[in-house]
Formats: sequence, structure tokens, C-alpha cells
Amino acid sequence: MVGSSERLDAVPRQLASPAGLALRDLGVVYRTRSGTIEALRDVTFDIRPGEFVSLLGPSGCGKSTLLKIVAGLIAASSGAVRLDGREVHGPSEQIGVAFQKPTLFPWRTVLGNVLMPADTLGWDLKRAEGRARELLALVGLDAFAGNYPNELSGGMQQRVGLARMLLRDPALLLMDEPFAALDAMTREALTLELQRIWMKDRKSVLFITHSIQEAVFLSDRVLVMSARPGRIIEDFVIDLPRPRSLDTMTMPEFSDACRLLRRHFLE
Amino acid sequence: MRRLTDLLYPAITLLVVIVAWHVLVVQLEVPAYILPTPYSVAQALYAGFADGTIWRHIGYTVWATAIGFFIGSVLALILGALLAESAVFEQFVYPLLVGIQAIPKVALAPLILVWFGFGIASKVVLVVLICFFPLFVNTIVGIKRVDPDLIDASRAFYASRWYVFRYVKIPSAAGDIFAGLQIGISLALIGTVVGELVSSEAGLGYLIGASAVNLNISMMFAGVVLLAVIGVAATQLIRWLHRRIVFWESSGASDSRTVV
Repeated sequence: MVGSSERLDAVPRQLASPAGLALRDLGVVYRTRSGTIEALRDVTFDIRPGEFVSLLGPSGCGKSTLLKIVAGLIAASSGAVRLDGREVHGPSEQIGVAFQKPTLFPWRTVLGNVLMPADTLGWDLKRAEGRARELLALVGLDAFAGNYPNELSGGMQQRVGLARMLLRDPALLLMDEPFAALDAMTREALTLELQRIWMKDRKSVLFITHSIQEAVFLSDRVLVMSARPGRIIEDFVIDLPRPRSLDTMTMPEFSDACRLLRRHFLE
Repeated sequence: MRRLTDLLYPAITLLVVIVAWHVLVVQLEVPAYILPTPYSVAQALYAGFADGTIWRHIGYTVWATAIGFFIGSVLALILGALLAESAVFEQFVYPLLVGIQAIPKVALAPLILVWFGFGIASKVVLVVLICFFPLFVNTIVGIKRVDPDLIDASRAFYASRWYVFRYVKIPSAAGDIFAGLQIGISLALIGTVVGELVSSEAGLGYLIGASAVNLNISMMFAGVVLLAVIGVAATQLIRWLHRRIVFWESSGASDSRTVV
């Protein structure tokens, strides 16, 4: 429902401080007709406030399931998720999510899509519009506010998704392979852009990917997940200086990190 | 923007058919009580408009169709949405409704006339019954096949169940809903005419039936021509609304989609 104006002041004036995330013994078991499938087992890790953490794993290892649990979209079979010490039992106002598909409403303009997270909470859209336009400028789409998603390229649609994720100034960002469906060049450009956006206010990030280079380039830490049932099998600190650039990718430390991570996927 | 040829080419075909009709009737000396010439059909039409009698029939048919179509569509949308959203409702009601759907509704026409009289009410009821199901089924199908990722995305941003229904599912289903309306409007006109043919006091179906008794074949054709005009106009109106409202779907796919 739109239009309730009681929450005029709900549009954040100050940046929310990044939140810490804690996962404890998370397990997911699906029941199917042919028996049970264990998707996740004993997943335990922390993300410190302001930390950029990538979760790297092969397809089907349950990393998207993990993200959906943190986003509050599905419930875990066991274990707990805590955001700043409070347990997560459903979608949270403090979390922003970006998906592999742009998942934009084709019947709304770019601006309308970026405003969606304010709309669902009944915020005054006129007040939130200023922030939405700032974010569109941040992702380089200020000229496209009035366009519809099907008039945009795949890369531009993903940028809209990033702006939408940031609208409520969430304390934790969840990204599920947001660049996986893009061509290599667009992907590289958006990776650089994401780092720039992140360095602006250093929110906590859980970034899911199956690209080793992407994970190393963006992250403070890379968690490696095993094939099903998904477990964390490595917690790898990336110590490269920031801001990282395309030159970073040619540094020996960069290729070392990539090589060390890659050996998990060669068995 | 439609090109002129889109209208011109079918018009040429229509003209050729009319000329061939005329030539054949004259050449083969077909008697007027079997097949009149296009000219005498036009004359019958003109006479009807000139003395004003035909307006009453047009008004009756259009009114019964419009009211019945409106009520039937509103019911189909409400029940379809309820059913798509409620598992309990689906379990209790859906099998029955599917069973009813299998009945050819026009077979109910005599019964409905007995119950609702020979006036316009019986035609409206028949139209409601007949145009309900295509839209009902399309509404359910449309709502159920909403992209689940779109629902996840809105839920992740704290969307309530109502928000998801109103701002995600309904717009997603709009294309299917319009396809249902498209089928519904042509069935609605059939319903009205069947009701009027069975028994009525006015309407184009009544006009056709009454003219048959008098062997006034020209007037029968005139009635059919008017029904064709009404049918085409109503279909085009829905198609136009479809394109305007569901603007984000490619216009090519929207016309041909039929789910029932």
C-alpha cells in the first residue's frame, strides 16, 4: 500500500552504521519425494561491521540458499542468523539485496523500481525520490530515471538493482551473483563500480559468486564453500591494498590468492 | 501507429467477396428467400435505420452484452484472485468450477429463460455464465505463474502479502487477464444472441429469429452484419485497452495468447 505519510522522517538522514552478521551452525535439509537432501551443514562464520566478504562455491552448493536464509526469505532447518546480535526470522529493513537476475518490475520506470523498497514500507515517495535520484547518479543512470527496464541493457538493469539495494541505506548488503549473467566487459566495469560504491560508505557485504577473480578483487575475506552439503571449507583473508584497480589483477599477490583458492575446485 | 495498409488490404478482400457474392446471386438467379444480394441487405439495413426500429434491437443486444460481460468479468477476477491466493478455497471450490466449465453454457439457455423471464435479465445471466470461465481460468493461471524471483525480490524488501498481490501479482497477470477478457467478450455476444434466439422481446438475435419466420432473409443478414460490427468493435476496444494498460509486454505476443 502506498500513501501513508506517517513515516515522513523514515528516510534516513544519516548513514546507518554497518552491521555485523553472525551465522551459527546453519543447516538446511529439504524433504523431497525421493528422500531428504542436505543443502547446508554446520555453516558458521562472522562478517565484521564494514567487511566485504565473498562466498565462493561451485553451482548447486547451496550458496543461494544461504543468502535467502540471511535475507529472511526462507527458514533454516537448524542454527541461527544474527544481525547485530538480533536473530533474523524474516526480511529485515536493515538488509538490501541484489539478485542474479535484475528482478525489476517491467511496469515501473527505473525511478519507480529504485523506490520500491521505500514503497513497500509506505514511505513518502516524494521524500525518498531525492535519495533515489542520488543513487541513480551514483550508478551512472540519472538520465534514465523515466525509462522502463526493457529499454535498458542487462548491465544497466543490474545497476538499477544496485541502486534499489542501497535505497534504504541498509546496514548489510547481500548480493547473489549480481554480475553472473553479464558479458565479461560489462562485468569488469560493474565490479570496479561496486568497489567504488562500497568504499564510499563501507557497509557490511555478503557477496556470492562463483568467479574466483571477482571474489579476490572485491573482498576482504573469501569463504570457500564445498559441494553439497555446503560447508565452509576455507576462510581466506585478502590483504591487497585498496582501492584496487585493473593493475591489481596483475600483482603476484593477486594471482597467488587466486591460485590458492582455485585448488579447492580442482579435485 | 497502425499502417494504412493494415486497414486497406482486408477492406479490399471484403470488397472482392461482396462483389463476388453479388455477381453469383445475379448470375445463378438465386431466389431472394435463399440468398439476397448484398444490395438488398444494405437496403434492409437502411430501412431499419431510417424508420428507427433497428436501434432498439442494437441497444438491447449491446446493453445485455455489456452488463453481462461486466458482471461476469468482475466475478471472474474476484473469484480467480481469491482462488489463486487461498489454498483452502482452491481445494474446496476449484474442482467444482472446473466441472461446471465443461458444461456448454448455451445448453442452459432455456432453463435460464424459465427462471429469469423473457426480459433482459435472462440474457444478462446467460452472458455472465458464459464469459466468466475464460477470464476466471486466465486470472488464476496469470497469478500463479508470476516470476517467483520477482516475489522474492519484493519480499526481501519487506513487501507485505498484500503488496505482493496488488503490485507484483496483479500486474504480472495483466496480460493473461486481458487475454481472458478478449475471449470473454466474443463469448458474451454469443450468449446474448443465443438468449435472444430462444426467446426475447427485442435484440438482434430476436430480430434474426423473427425475420426467419417471415422469410425476410435480407433482414436476417442485416442482423448478422450488425452483430459482426458490434463484435469487431468490442474486440478492438479490448485489444486497444490491452496495449495501453499492459504496455510493457510486446504487442505481438499479447494478441495471440489464449490460455483456455
